[in-house]
Amino acid sequence: MQALVIVGHGSHLNPGSSEPAYTHADTIRESGAFDEVREAFWKEEPSFRNVLRTLESDEVYVVPLFISEGYFTEQVIPRELRLDDFDPDDWDSDGTDADHVTLEADDVEKTIHYCGPVGTHDSMSEVIVQRASSVTGREEFGDDFGLAVVGHGTERNENSAKAIYYHADQIREMGVFGEVQAVFMDEDPEVDDVTDFFDTADIVVVPLFVSDGFHTQEDIPEDMGLTDDYRTGYDIPTAVDGHDIWYSGAVGTEPLAADVVLERAADAGAPVGDAVDAVREQTRGANAAAGD
Amino acid sequence: MSVADALVDAADADGIDFDGLTVAAGDDGYQFRTPDTDAVLTAADLREHADSPYVTNWYYWEHDIGGHDTPRRAFLRWLEGGDDRPVPERYDALDSGHTRHWGELAVTVTHGDAAGSRRYDVRHADDVDADTDTLATYTDPRDARELVKHDDDDGYRPLSTAPSLPHGWAFTDLDGGALVDTIDYVYPATVANWHREREGSLDVDHWADVADRQTGIYGIVSDLDEDALEWAAEACCVDSQCLKRREWDRDEDDALDVPRGDGEFPCREPCSLFVAAARKFTTLEREDTREYTFELTPAEKEQIEDIIGAVADDRTDDIREADVYEGANRYRTRFLRAKRMDDHGLSGTPTYPEDHDDDGDDGDHH
Ligand code: SF4
Repeated sequence: MQALVIVGHGSHLNPGSSEPAYTHADTIRESGAFDEVREAFWKEEPSFRNVLRTLESDEVYVVPLFISEGYFTEQVIPRELRLDDFDPDDWDSDGTDADHVTLEADDVEKTIHYCGPVGTHDSMSEVIVQRASSVTGREEFGDDFGLAVVGHGTERNENSAKAIYYHADQIREMGVFGEVQAVFMDEDPEVDDVTDFFDTADIVVVPLFVSDGFHTQEDIPEDMGLTDDYRTGYDIPTAVDGHDIWYSGAVGTEPLAADVVLERAADAGAPVGDAVDAVREQTRGANAAAGD
Repeated sequence: MSVADALVDAADADGIDFDGLTVAAGDDGYQFRTPDTDAVLTAADLREHADSPYVTNWYYWEHDIGGHDTPRRAFLRWLEGGDDRPVPERYDALDSGHTRHWGELAVTVTHGDAAGSRRYDVRHADDVDADTDTLATYTDPRDARELVKHDDDDGYRPLSTAPSLPHGWAFTDLDGGALVDTIDYVYPATVANWHREREGSLDVDHWADVADRQTGIYGIVSDLDEDALEWAAEACCVDSQCLKRREWDRDEDDALDVPRGDGEFPCREPCSLFVAAARKFTTLEREDTREYTFELTPAEKEQIEDIIGAVADDRTDDIREADVYEGANRYRTRFLRAKRMDDHGLSGTPTYPEDHDDDGDDGDHH
């Protein structure tokens, strides 16, 4: 038997934090690619500590629903899962290349395929573009549309900015938008000044965050001037400084993100059959189709 | 595969020895034994016994459930007393529904339609006698995730085993696998750790090790001193706050005095909520005490004690608006605030008097 475990941050305070993990887990469950699919959290239950023992499978693929490589993927998750032989060097990554390693966990007799985070997978670029489609209702953008990919910045984790630049570069090369920029919450170029960085009339702003919480729902909309008070809401798009800003909320809530989770496991050798295609089919444009 | 086919197959293969039923193929036919029968049968006669409770029971556990040595199987067996009650007694109990409790859940096992099969119903124990029609019913275990996220007052439940499960719902007509999945969503990993404990292999991680392991902002929790750890466990881990039975202590040789609780399932290490609370307690405990002088009437002193008690025991919502005999009543508390508090706090005594020398400066402590 083989299992997929999606490990996320979760929250003691925000009940919505675990939702993307649940939603993507359900999409993958329905694809039938794994005998078991479980969600586990740092701040909710089952905890990383206890999740492996809830599985009957002996092959387990662990995919972190985190944006960047760093403290969580390199220290907290391996330690809490008891992957005692994990060494971040085995990932041989410069910050965005972590792929997978195969390890034993100390408390269960299972083979654990520990994968890199969803946020740095190549396919995340497509999810960002899909998120832009979902919020604008457009299939194509063209020269009048700019895309801003928003990240935290390096204050807490140097690799967090790398992931943002990585996807911004990839999407720029796709040539889908007139302009593509990486912007940050706590360093230059700052999201507060987002309109300064674009000549395009329309700017789609997609935060590279796993789930919506105060950064994506309160800070960023207020920082960009979409609203003075997030509680009163804002329009999509909102006119700011002569630009129309289409703010999408966390990219991790996009249904297509389930595909990245699945691809991470497939890259680690999980025999997922045609599930990748099935999930892409099902989740591509799922938001738009729902009239969202 | 029909029960009769499975029975003959198993008899021909390794024989059966399960829950009071033994069947073995011999030279004269099949030796078929239960506590009530002892016969040597032809294959055709053996098939006739396929509806014996002993046979359908065997079929259920070996064909429907399987999973030898798994927590799932052990839990399902425990639910109906499978390891200590004879089959006819269990079947009688299943006729009317056999209920066991798991935390705040009541799980009821009944006979299913197919021979030997069981169906499971799970709901809040307080709703065990409620007519199912009056409850919101579910059949997909995944619905449990959302359902138990909030308590009856719509408060978020970050700790799954807090005794605040919402009421008014039931998962009905579940098979064994779906039942265990439902339990796993309501009380994650409790079945797995309970099973380990029964097997004598529960890996308890005590506070000293868990605190040592922490990094980042939680690195400081190992500074929490002995008394404060006791208070923290009393604050978070007793039965009124968490239904897990605390099996961890300060370390292997140094048990905490706080009662462990009577829960069915163990807590094998301090949870993330406990560690996060411990971090706050650690920073609070760094402060030195000071002497403050203020005046209170005896009734006011007791009222403050009442208020602390009401908040700590989560009774504030139960205190009626006009019940001014309760110290933690809102009007009583507002009266106390009006009388005894000003910009400087309780009885006009600043928290940090040194910041208030000129009485115009509010200081920067919050
Ligand atoms: S540490 Fe264990 S007993 Fe204490 S609150 Fe957490 S789960 Fe409950």
